[in-house]
Amino acid sequence: MGTETIHALRDVSLDIQRGEYVAIMGPSGSGKSTLMNLLGCLDTPTSGLYELNGANVSDMDDNQLAEIRNREIGFVFQTFNLLPRSNALRNVELPLIYSGMDAGQRKQVALDALTSVGLGDRIHHKPNELSGGQRQRVAIARALVNTPSIILADEPTGNLDSKTGEEIMALLEVLSEKGNTVFVVTHEEDIAKHARRIIRIRDGLIASDETKSKGKGV
Amino acid sequence: MNSSRLRFWRVFLAELKESFRMAMSAIAAHKLRSSLTLLGVLVGVFSIIVVMTTMRAMQARIEADVGQLGGQTFVVQKWPGVYFGGREGLEKFWRRKDITLAQGLDLRNRATLARYIGLELWFSSGEVVSPYAKAPPGTSVAGETPGSFAAQNWILQDGRILQDSDVEGAHDVCVLGNSLAKDLFPYGSAVDERIKFNGINYTVVGVLEAKGSMAGGNEDNFAIIPITTGLNRFGGRRQSVKLLVTAPDVAGYDDTVEQVRGILRVIRKVPPGKEDDFEIVSNDSTLNQINNFTFAVRLGVTAISSIALLAAGIGIMNIMLVSVTERTREIGIRRAIGAKKRNIMTQFIMEAVVLCEVGGAIGVVVGIVLGNVAAHMMKLSPVIPVDWVFIGLGICSLVGIIFGTYPAYKAANLDPIESLRYE
Repeated sequence: MGTETIHALRDVSLDIQRGEYVAIMGPSGSGKSTLMNLLGCLDTPTSGLYELNGANVSDMDDNQLAEIRNREIGFVFQTFNLLPRSNALRNVELPLIYSGMDAGQRKQVALDALTSVGLGDRIHHKPNELSGGQRQRVAIARALVNTPSIILADEPTGNLDSKTGEEIMALLEVLSEKGNTVFVVTHEEDIAKHARRIIRIRDGLIASDETKSKGKGV
Repeated sequence: MNSSRLRFWRVFLAELKESFRMAMSAIAAHKLRSSLTLLGVLVGVFSIIVVMTTMRAMQARIEADVGQLGGQTFVVQKWPGVYFGGREGLEKFWRRKDITLAQGLDLRNRATLARYIGLELWFSSGEVVSPYAKAPPGTSVAGETPGSFAAQNWILQDGRILQDSDVEGAHDVCVLGNSLAKDLFPYGSAVDERIKFNGINYTVVGVLEAKGSMAGGNEDNFAIIPITTGLNRFGGRRQSVKLLVTAPDVAGYDDTVEQVRGILRVIRKVPPGKEDDFEIVSNDSTLNQINNFTFAVRLGVTAISSIALLAAGIGIMNIMLVSVTERTREIGIRRAIGAKKRNIMTQFIMEAVVLCEVGGAIGVVVGIVLGNVAAHMMKLSPVIPVDWVFIGLGICSLVGIIFGTYPAYKAANLDPIESLRYE
């Protein structure tokens, strides 16, 4: 017909275990954004299967996807994507509002999440009163607050200077060590090095998939 | 099942609260734009409330005035009790001949079904003084016959009422309203004392019980003299006498009205087939007329405010569409962290409703204040039309829901991936 179907991703087959720390790399246009959208349940594949914690995501409708995102996915974006008019605490509370937690508990849980990223004393600051690194920490706290299966960080250091970027990566590493499954989408080798498994995408195909040897430097 | 339902409501309430907060901060962030948007709703609700407040105040007063007559009493007079219409209509009444004292007395002798018939004429008085004190200004003087007392619900506290002999002889006697008696005779009973106005001395024969004062006006600041005395002293030849007729009971009311009507037509020589050249005013007929009038006003106000609210609604829809575009990224973020389409719908409809309610609330307050200022200028007691406040605010919510739905629908159906990328 008039339109040509373009497959952003083809023949991608991945098996990721709980607790893995995975970097997804690839130049722009390689299909890594599409992979991230699929992993983040923002999109469903036209064909194929995505199973998350035993649930078949590829068959889900819009409402179910929203619920899955709320429960299972924590997003960290390059541009932080905090709500500008809400303070840190309310930004972190937001996922809990949609999951239906009552107000008192919600506040406590959000406070704990902010404390765990080292921002317990900045909870009433609005995003524009925080530094880039602090904003990204708020975003990470928001990603963590619903204890999701996956933390999905899309170029988390892209808008940060290298020192702050290192701090953020260190924080993600800590989360990974605590048993969270962490994905980092990036095109920077330095950033990808933090991960224990690096998946490279090129032209919609998996170009390589390598896992570092277990022995973490003591 | 029950717990999931509970959860639904908890989420829904939290969402409403959250939406409300977001709405307030969105409104605060764009003060000028919001206030211009609010203006339409404000005007619409204001026009409803200000008119309803004023009318309520007028109505309360008229009803109280009308209610002073006893339930079985009606009034026969030249002028209608309440008149809403143009000048041309008034001419008809203007051309009528006055009802004279002689016609009134004639009717009183002939109307066998009526229990009491009182004749009444009000005169303006100058200063009223007693040997001890001066009355406050604004004392009115009523020329009456004995039959008026029952019709007016005047109850005697002290002394006696007027008698037929007072009227026949045009005696210089008077009965005082309660507050006037107290003002003129602060040290003791007024009965058998003398008062003076317009240069003539009158003997006080009785004092009425207090009727209370309405809306700050002093209802009891009046003196009653025989109608004949009044005509002699004040002239008043150009005035039409008012006839107060009391039926014996409710059952005999209609017959009494018809008899009075027939007799008066004969006395005033109204040819058969022509309409009465006098008005019979009862509590019911007056209230009916008032209600018809207020209904017409209500209809007019409804039409005007509907147009204002329609315009306001379209304005709100526009602003909301702009707001949705501006906040595309926010919508993307919310969708990414788990908001369903329904949540986004709720949030934006809530925003529209809050916008409308803020405008509506200001409209209500301004309307009540200005309505009561108008009432105050007409010397009416203040009122708050509670039912109309709720109706007004209800309409605001409705406008918000109706005109907020399309922008909210648009917001909810944005693609989350696209919205997250939106700059």
